[in-house]
Amino acid sequence: MKNISKKQKSKYENLYYHPYKKNNIKDKLLTSISILFSTIAILPLVLVLAYILIKGGSLLSYDLLTNLPEPPGDDIISAGGIGNAIIGTLIITIIATFISVPIGIGGGIYLAEYSKGALFSKFIRFGTNVLSGVPSIIAGVFIYGIIVYTKIIFGSNFSAIAGGMALSILMIPTVIKTTDEGLKLVSQELRKGALGVGASKFVTITQITLPAAINPIATGILLAIARAAGETAPLIFTALFSFYWSSSPQSILEPIASLSVLIYNFAIEPYKAQNELAWAASFILVLLLLFLNILSKWLSKRTNLET
Amino acid sequence: MNYTDKAKGIENQIDIPNSDKVAISMQNVSIKYNSQTAVKNVFCDIPKGKVTALIGPSGCGKSTILRAINRMNDLISGCSLTGKILFDGYDLYNKQIDPVEVRRRIGMVFQQPNPFPKTIYENIAFGARINGFTGNMDELVANSLKRAALWGECKDKLKESGYSLSGGQQQRLCIARTIAIEPEVILMDEPCSALDPISTLKIEETMHELKKNYTLIIVTHNMQQALRVSDYTAFFNAEKIDSSKSGKVGYLVEFNQTNKIFNSPKQKVTKDYITGKFG
Ligand SMILES: Nc1ncnc2c1ncn2[C@@H]1O[C@H](COP(=O)(O)OP(=O)(O)OP(=O)(O)O)[C@@H](O)[C@H]1O
Ligand SMILES: [Mg+2]
Repeated sequence: MKNISKKQKSKYENLYYHPYKKNNIKDKLLTSISILFSTIAILPLVLVLAYILIKGGSLLSYDLLTNLPEPPGDDIISAGGIGNAIIGTLIITIIATFISVPIGIGGGIYLAEYSKGALFSKFIRFGTNVLSGVPSIIAGVFIYGIIVYTKIIFGSNFSAIAGGMALSILMIPTVIKTTDEGLKLVSQELRKGALGVGASKFVTITQITLPAAINPIATGILLAIARAAGETAPLIFTALFSFYWSSSPQSILEPIASLSVLIYNFAIEPYKAQNELAWAASFILVLLLLFLNILSKWLSKRTNLET
Repeated sequence: MNYTDKAKGIENQIDIPNSDKVAISMQNVSIKYNSQTAVKNVFCDIPKGKVTALIGPSGCGKSTILRAINRMNDLISGCSLTGKILFDGYDLYNKQIDPVEVRRRIGMVFQQPNPFPKTIYENIAFGARINGFTGNMDELVANSLKRAALWGECKDKLKESGYSLSGGQQQRLCIARTIAIEPEVILMDEPCSALDPISTLKIEETMHELKKNYTLIIVTHNMQQALRVSDYTAFFNAEKIDSSKSGKVGYLVEFNQTNKIFNSPKQKVTKDYITGKFG
């Protein structure tokens, strides 16, 4: 060791990590800054979640989930429950899903399997992108204009169906896009295999290609539902609100309660009881959206594992 | 009949002397991708109940010709064909022909094994079912697997995914699923190129088994394989054609019984190719 010259020695030392070297200081600084900013970015999300979970979660009770809400001012102490709003949100979302899934999957299949890069499909892709960026209130006003105002559906104006339609406008672009992209991921070999055993194009798509892409498509549908279920603006114009149960089948032609509109209505009331109900509704809504998002994450993870 | 005359590209109508012996007759077939000609003026009568090997250097259009036989080229936009391919008296490129029906009677096995993401059983049942098979499905699955020499290896795991098999087994599964639809002709595009020698031998055994009932057309880069399994061999080559400024254009050099192609080829290029001087 002795015969290593000084010059060589310093060369060896250069391999060690020097915390005060200029580059290393810069590196650390940048790392800390980016950590700081990402913390700031995530903070609102964490705070909102925590706030809602604490404020709303503490109010949770059996009565809250099963009772009807009471109009503001009737009873100072209790505002009832949010039972009909939970059911209403489910009904509206289911209607929206039933409308948007067939249309969206159909459109996605057309784009991925039938269109050949022609002008028409470019137009649809462009339209889909624009539609997915449309503010939700526009969807509400649109349905208000053509469905609610004209009373075109069995003479009813504000209704669960109109609400579902407004939400489906928000869901369709997502479903089209994920179907399109999901199908494009399916290997061409698989299609050739099916055609090679004498399958028609229709059979190939419905029995081979679509099942192979089912996970990304389902993920897209779940995300679309998660987006739509929390919307308020489109529902104010279309589904309005109701203080009653929507129990009979005809009630989808009548105004219906929903969690988001309940929050909107009650959060700004001057009564504490109603405010608390709004918190409880927020809690349930956030829980629902969290669940949908986790489910879709899980699904997409499963897709990645399989391929 | 004398195949080599036709192989030289004589452009008059060739009548088939013994029509039940010809499975597929290509008459002046030229195939283009967009404006680029890939293969030109192919005349070739593929005999029934035999194994025919298509050999030739890369890019000479073997796959192109093979896909043309069951209308797989329809999937490639810009691909067009002139000339006639006759099968069972039909011109396959007649407007009235249903390509789906063609593919049912002329099955295809691809270079890469491509089982469906279903169980082994379903992989085989799928094709049969969509083609209206109403008999005993269990029996059909078992028979198809036996004929593809895969039964022994997977009879206990029919309910497992087709992906759980090895590459060679997957390829035999693909052969089995093609057999299950009972085609008359089976096309195979380099079916063994992704496989090890042992799986390759297994598949070659399968081919020997199959030719009792089917007409087989295989593309291979392996001369030994062509020698081992085929009765007839078509040698394709690609050459730059003066008149076109585009790249090389493939054509059929020589078509004959395999032993004649390998022992006494009529063309010099054939000889050069099979002796490994180029390719
Ligand atoms: N899908 C395609 N689109 C455009 N050109 C193509 C397409 N497929 C093949 N070609 C062209 O056609 C010619 C013949 O290709 P082909 O795949 O038939 O060759 P091959 O003999 O099968 O070669 P290999 O032995 O490498 O598989 C090539 O010049 C190729 O570039
Ligand atoms: Mg090829």
